[in-house]
Parts: sequence; C-alpha cells; structure tokens
Amino acid sequence: MDATSPALPSVAPKRGRNLHRFANPGRFLRLSGRVLPWLAICGAVFTLAGLAWGLFVAPPDWQQGDAVRIMYVHVPAAWLASMGYAALAVCAVISIVWRHPLADLAALEIGPVGAAFTALCLATGSLWGKPMWGAWWVWDARLTSVLVLFFLYLGQIALIRAFDNPERGYRAAAILALVGAVNLPIIKFSVDWWNTLHQPDTIHLFGRTTMSASMLDPLLVSALGFTLVFAALVLARLRSAVMERRIRSLLSARARQAEVSA
Amino acid sequence: MTRKRRRLWVLVACGLGFGSATALTLSAFTSDIVFFMLPGDVLTKHPAPGRAFRLGGMVAEGTLKQTMVDGAPGAVFGVTDGHGHVVPAEYQGVLPDLFREGQGVVAMGAMTPDGDFRATEVLAKHSADYMPPEVEAALKKNHMWNPATGAPPPAAAWNGTGAKLAGG
Repeated sequence: MDATSPALPSVAPKRGRNLHRFANPGRFLRLSGRVLPWLAICGAVFTLAGLAWGLFVAPPDWQQGDAVRIMYVHVPAAWLASMGYAALAVCAVISIVWRHPLADLAALEIGPVGAAFTALCLATGSLWGKPMWGAWWVWDARLTSVLVLFFLYLGQIALIRAFDNPERGYRAAAILALVGAVNLPIIKFSVDWWNTLHQPDTIHLFGRTTMSASMLDPLLVSALGFTLVFAALVLARLRSAVMERRIRSLLSARARQAEVSA
Repeated sequence: MTRKRRRLWVLVACGLGFGSATALTLSAFTSDIVFFMLPGDVLTKHPAPGRAFRLGGMVAEGTLKQTMVDGAPGAVFGVTDGHGHVVPAEYQGVLPDLFREGQGVVAMGAMTPDGDFRATEVLAKHSADYMPPEVEAALKKNHMWNPATGAPPPAAAWNGTGAKLAGG
C-alpha cells in the first residue's frame, strides 16, 4: 500500500485536532501496519502460555477439581465481551459527537469479534454449569444480562449493515450501542445487587481476592493474551475495511472517468 | 465547535435520562429479578403451599440426612441464611456433586401444607473461593478454616505460605 498519496480527500480538519490525525487513511494504515504484527505475536504467545499454564500446570480446585480449568477461557472471554461492548460505546460517542469516520469503521469491525467472545463465554459457562451447578442454563440476573449482551451485539451487527446508505447504518448502530451500554453495569453488578446462582466476583481490584496465586497468575496471563488477540483481530479487520474503502473509491472514480471520456 | 458541544450535551442528557430510567425500573422490579428467596423471606412472607419458587441459602450444618422420601432415595436438609432462619427441605433424587453442608444451594420447589419445602430440582451454588486441595487441607489441619461454618480466609492470608502450611 502506497500510503503517501491518499486516494480519499483528506478528512483532517484545519484545526489539527489530535483525534482527527488518524482519520487520514494513509496514516492509519502506516501506523497500524507497524503495530499489528507485534499485537498478533504477543497475543498468540500470551494466550498459548496462559492456557498451557492453566490447563496443564495450575493446580485443580479443592471442590471443583479439574473443572476449574474452564475458568482460564471463560473469565477472559467474559471480560473481553464487556470490554468490547464498552469499546463500541466509545466509538459511538466519537462517531456521534465528532463524526470521526474511523470510529464508524471500528464499530463495524468490533461487533462480530465481540459477539464471538460473548458466544465463547456463554458456551464455556454452560459447559461448566452442568457438572458444577447441575444445570446447563438458569435464568438468573448474570446469565440473562450476558445473553442480552450477546443479542445486543447481534442487533448491532445487523443494524450497521442494514442500510443502503452506510452513514445511516453507522448512526443507527451508534445509538443502539449507547443504549445497550446501560447493560454493562448491570452485568458487572448483577451478582451484588440480586441474589444469583452465578457466584459473585472473586477478583477485586481493591479488596480481598479469594483465589490462590497459583490460579490467579495463569488467569491474568491468559486474560492479557485474550485482550491482545481481540485488539489484533479488530485492527486487522479495520485495516482491510479501510483498504476496501480506498479500493472501492478508486474504482468508482475510474469508472466515472471512463464514463465521462466515453 | 458549538455544534459538537451541543451534540455532546444532548448525548450526556440522553444518557442521564436513560440511565436513571433504567435504574428506577430495575429497583422497582428487584423482587422479581432475584433468582431465589432466602429462608428469612420465606419465613416472613409465607408463600402459599403449592406455589412454586426457588429457595436459596446454605445447607445448615448437621441437618443433611440421606433418607427415603416418598419411598425413593432422597435427602432431607435445612436451608439457612446464616442469621438463624432455617427452612426444612426434602428432595427426592440425586444431589449435585458440590452439595454438602455449609455449601450454597438453590432449590426449585414449593412449600407443603405442614411447612416443609418440597424441592423438585436442586442446584449447587458455587462459592467465589478458589484454592488448590493441599491449601484447603492445610488450612483445615491448622484450624484456620472450617468449610461448614463459612468462607475461607482471604487468599492474601495464605498465598505463598501454602507450601509451608502443607508441609507443617
């Protein structure tokens, strides 16, 4: 990609605001191309290390036995499911208030990745629930609110692609993302506000953590890996979306030229 | 600039309005969102016999008896909230693996006319405590924790000392 000659008219405003420097697709492609390989490599290394550590080295739990190992996939997936939606909401604010074109494309590409992580969280949780609780699924506040999150992702994915004019899709999906963001605190605090079958949080940033360090360390490594993989997937998708847009505008410009000269 | 600022303020206002509307709705429906009733609620509200609900709490210490319930193998146990309220419960069937005294439990069922809870489904509620079996054994051996009476000491109290405890 030759990044020095932007095919799209430069969107950067004259005021030179920080955020809009990255609206220049050439600059974005150049920067992200440099970051992406590192993200991908580190993500793969940390994920594999965390999972190998958790699945083969970490001790079993005193009452769950080996079933506790599902946690090394389930918990990072659950964190990323919520963080992904929070990222969608941030993109929505940037899109609605500052009309930043990259935020719209990011929302387009975060949706499917976030939905995949949410599905992974739900599936692994279900696999853990059957042997531990005695049920694949219960309608308690935590499980239900995460299922709602999954449906919000699906709705966002469908809505942002539903219009012939992409701008209208971006606007509608941004509003949906912001409305759905009210679900995030509900997910987080559902286990504290209401009594649920899902256990309350084990890991607290401020306060007592009730998990052995021999399990917490691999969990944190795995979570770091999942986060980097999530970022790498979104960035790779975003790059291809930007390139696709450039190519499409080049082709349509060429077609228009051919029409004029004919 | 003014347009951007106006959009930002509209967004903030919408967020505040929508957020408080949701908070009010949720707090109004709190009693319907809870997954189970605690023994204290059951003893004060007296749900009508035959009305299905979920009862949740801890299996009270010294109450679990494997016995015959209506001519089939089952169990009788008390469900407590840790504040002295105990609801006697009976269940016909196989209990989940994690079920034991001092462990959280959620049971679906209804009250019988004589004041017992008749469970049709029993789920084990997992605690938020994760530790290797040797730490558990060491904590018990050193009388730092009895699983039947409550949560173990925080991980910070025994992290790193697990090997020492297990050895001693």
